[in-house]
Formats: sequence, C-alpha cells, structure tokens
Amino acid sequence: MRRIINRRPGRGGVLFWGALPFLAACAAYAVASALRLAENPNDKLLPPLSNMVAAVGRMAFTPDARTGDYLMWVDTVASLHRLGLGLGVATALALVIGIGMGLIPYVRAGLSPFVAMLSMVPPMAVLPVLFIVFGLDELSKVVLIVVGVAPFLVRDLAMRVGEMPREQLIKAQTLGASTWQIVVRVVLPQVVPRLADALRLSLGPAWLFLISAEAIAATEGLGYRIFLVRRYMAMDVILPYVAWITLLAFASDYLLRRFNDVCFPWLKAGKGSS
Amino acid sequence: MSTVTVRDLWMEYPNQVVLERVNLEIPSGEFCALVGPSGCGKTTFLRLLLGEESPTRGAIELDGAPLVAEPGPDRGVVFQRYSVFPHLTVLENVILGREFQGSRLLGRLFGAQRRAAMEEGRGVLEAVGLGNHLSKYPAELSGGMQQRLAIAQALILKPKVLLLDEPFGALDPGTKAQMYELLLRLWADEKMTVFMVTHDLKEGFTLGTRVLAFDKVRVDPTDPGAYGATVTYDLPLTEKKAVGVRLQAVS
Repeated sequence: MRRIINRRPGRGGVLFWGALPFLAACAAYAVASALRLAENPNDKLLPPLSNMVAAVGRMAFTPDARTGDYLMWVDTVASLHRLGLGLGVATALALVIGIGMGLIPYVRAGLSPFVAMLSMVPPMAVLPVLFIVFGLDELSKVVLIVVGVAPFLVRDLAMRVGEMPREQLIKAQTLGASTWQIVVRVVLPQVVPRLADALRLSLGPAWLFLISAEAIAATEGLGYRIFLVRRYMAMDVILPYVAWITLLAFASDYLLRRFNDVCFPWLKAGKGSS
Repeated sequence: MSTVTVRDLWMEYPNQVVLERVNLEIPSGEFCALVGPSGCGKTTFLRLLLGEESPTRGAIELDGAPLVAEPGPDRGVVFQRYSVFPHLTVLENVILGREFQGSRLLGRLFGAQRRAAMEEGRGVLEAVGLGNHLSKYPAELSGGMQQRLAIAQALILKPKVLLLDEPFGALDPGTKAQMYELLLRLWADEKMTVFMVTHDLKEGFTLGTRVLAFDKVRVDPTDPGAYGATVTYDLPLTEKKAVGVRLQAVS
C-alpha cells in the first residue's frame, strides 16, 4: 500500500473529484428546497430552480415596468464600472508608489512608515468619512475600493521590488542604465506579473467593499439590488445575483491569469515542459 | 587605457575593519586574481572597484581620475548568480547595453538601430558559443551557458575593467575548463583589465597574470574586527604572460 501522498488521480479522476463538491452542493440545495416546498408551496427561503430562472428572465431580459431598463445589465455595468475604476486607480498607485518605495531609498524612507500605518486603517470604518467628504454618488464608492485595496498592492509591490537580486540592479548600472531606464526595462517587466497576481488576490476584498458601499447608498448596482430585494425576501433574485457576481469575479481572476501566461512567457521558461 | 591605482585604502563597517592599507598599481591589461580565505575582504574590494560602496579612507583611481562612486559602463561585472535578466531572451540580454545607450527615454531600440544592435549581439554570442540559443530565456540555459551569456552581456559595451565575482564557483570542472579558455581568449582580444575574485587558488594561478592574496596580518584574538585584511602577497606571474602558453595550460 503506497502512501497517500504518492497516489495521484488521473485526468478523469481530477475532473470527477473537482466536480464532486459542486454536485454535492447542488444536490443538497435541491433536496432541502424540495423538502421545504413540500411543506409550504409558497416558501421563499429556498426557491426551486424554475423560480430562479423566471427571476433572471424578469431581471435580465424584460424591460423594467417603471424605467424601461434591463435591470440586471444596468446593475452589472454600474458595478463593473465602479470596480474597474477603483482597481485601476489602486493599480496605478501601486505601480508608482510601490516601485518608488522598493527602488528608491529616499522614497522608502519617506513613505514606508506612513503606508504601513495607513494600511491598518479599516476601510469600512472610514466609509462614513468618505460619504461625507465625497458625497453619496460614484466617487465615494470608487474611493472606498481604492482605500481598501491600494495599501495591500503598494506594500506587496514594494516588497517584490525590494526582493529583486541586488546583482541585477548593479548589472543594469554597469550597462549604463539610468534610474528611469532601470524602471522601464528591468523592474517593470518583472513586477507587472507579480502585480497581476496581487490584483487577483484583491478581487475578493474589492467586491466586498463595492457591495458594502452599494448596500448603503446607491441607485443601481449588483450589491444595491441584492440589498433592495432582501426586503421582500426575494431569494429567487438574490441567489442568481450572487452566482452572477461569483462568475464575474472568477472570470476576472481567470483573465488576469491568462494575461500573465500570454504576456510573460518567461515566467514559465525552464519550468516543466516548455 | 585602464590603469587602476589604489592609494592607502581603508574600508570600515561599524565595529569592523574589513580592509586596511591597501596600495596597488595595476597597469592596463593585467589579469588580477584575488584570492584569500573567506571573509577577508576580496569581495568588498571588488565592490569598491565596482563603485557599489565608497571606501572609508583612501582612493581608487581609474586612469588617474577618481573612480565614480556608483556602478557605470566603464566597469563590466559578472556575478556568480543573477547576472542576467530572466525576463529577456539571450539576444535581448546582450543588446540591452546598446539599448540603454541608444534610447534614454524608453531604453529600447527600433528599426535599423535595433537590427544593427542585434547583428552585433549575434556576433558576441557567436564568440561565446551561444549562437544557437538566441531566443531562449536564461532559465532554459545551463549554469555554464548562463555565465557565458553574462560575460557576453558585460562585454558588448567594451568596458575598460571587467570585474568577476567568483564567476565559475557554481560550475562543474569540465565546464570550468571551457570557461577558462573562453575568458582568456576574450581577455586577449579585448585587452581589458580584469579583476577576478576566486576561492580556488589553482584557478587564480591558471588564469591570472598577477595574483593578489588578501589576508589579515594583525589579529586581535579578543576583538576579531579590530584589524582588517590587506594585500599580503602581490605576485606577478611574468613567465606566463604569453596567452598561448596559458591557453595550453588550460587544455
């Protein structure tokens, strides 16, 4: 009998074991839903799949009676717009401040204690401040995402730059590179994939901040809709919305991973079959 | 040309003297092997030559002018590891020096300039035996090939001084012999001054025209950091000057 650490599933096995938890969760939901519906056909807590499909049809493919909009798409566009803007600004800040802190001793001396302290401020605790300062519309939600995500990205990037072998920076200087040339030709190409990885890890927090801000003050958005229909216990809308958000987050994660694979082939060079 | 003069050099860290009273006069084109026990300041001396650190006292002069206190294109370097850029292909690694030179803003050449640089790079890579691996990434090369690449990369700007920090320390004996031959050939062609740190005495005597041994002459048993190392032996190996003879000694 071989040790369990040496036993590996085949290709079909990987598929099977990967699908198992999904199937189990679906089965558990179906059984629980059927049991509750058998007791009370109007039960709203665990609606059957048909109700959810109908709800999605209503939200996504039928114009709203009042505004004439397709609500789910309006919500999606609004949320993705805020998220994209917030993450974009956070990424830009991370590139400028993170590389500065990692590479230039004076910037590190000046900013590193401040950023370390700033990153400990709980973003949700300053949300009221953001609402007061930036108003209740778009800006405060974007700023919340930036405040929540940027310190992590900045510190992560500064650490990655700091970890670069000293030999590489010396070598670049002996090849006549200026500080700026070192940034664009040596540092940037090597840390952008790390930044993409850090961004993947911040997608979760970013959605958390977005939905929190939308729940409190918004007129459209995925988080806003979920908290709005909660008042009617409309689980048939909430559950598809949650699934949709999860799918969007998963897709962005996947795209960032592909971005690294496609744009930085050297990451995989020399590892395994290449 | 590239004469290196070291005048009464001291290097001190807090609570520790690393180098003391180092005086040297290295004529142009000399191949200096820096040998000595671990922690005796060979690498520190190389870092001073590189301009990565400044001496506490004394001065280093290159052709009579004080050494610029930061690394620059007049001094090429090859380290034991991490000397090449993992995100660039072999050819891109070699032309990088030309690209830095030719484009202040982007550090990137285009069109005819790029083709010229690539042509030159191909020539240099051919000379170090990497002509068939132009589009590979360093991670796909063996240790010896990576060091060849590092040497080619350092040589494209034709530095006056080439600094080598245990460049062959991680290579197997067969590869080392090939590298010795390559290095001597390039040194004879380019006529630059070479400083090579090595912990391998045999390597030092095989390659060098001059062996500089670093050691401490004074030791305080109660305070090991009280005195620093200096050049205890400065051996010119004149009878081996002829490169042909030394190339034979290698093979």
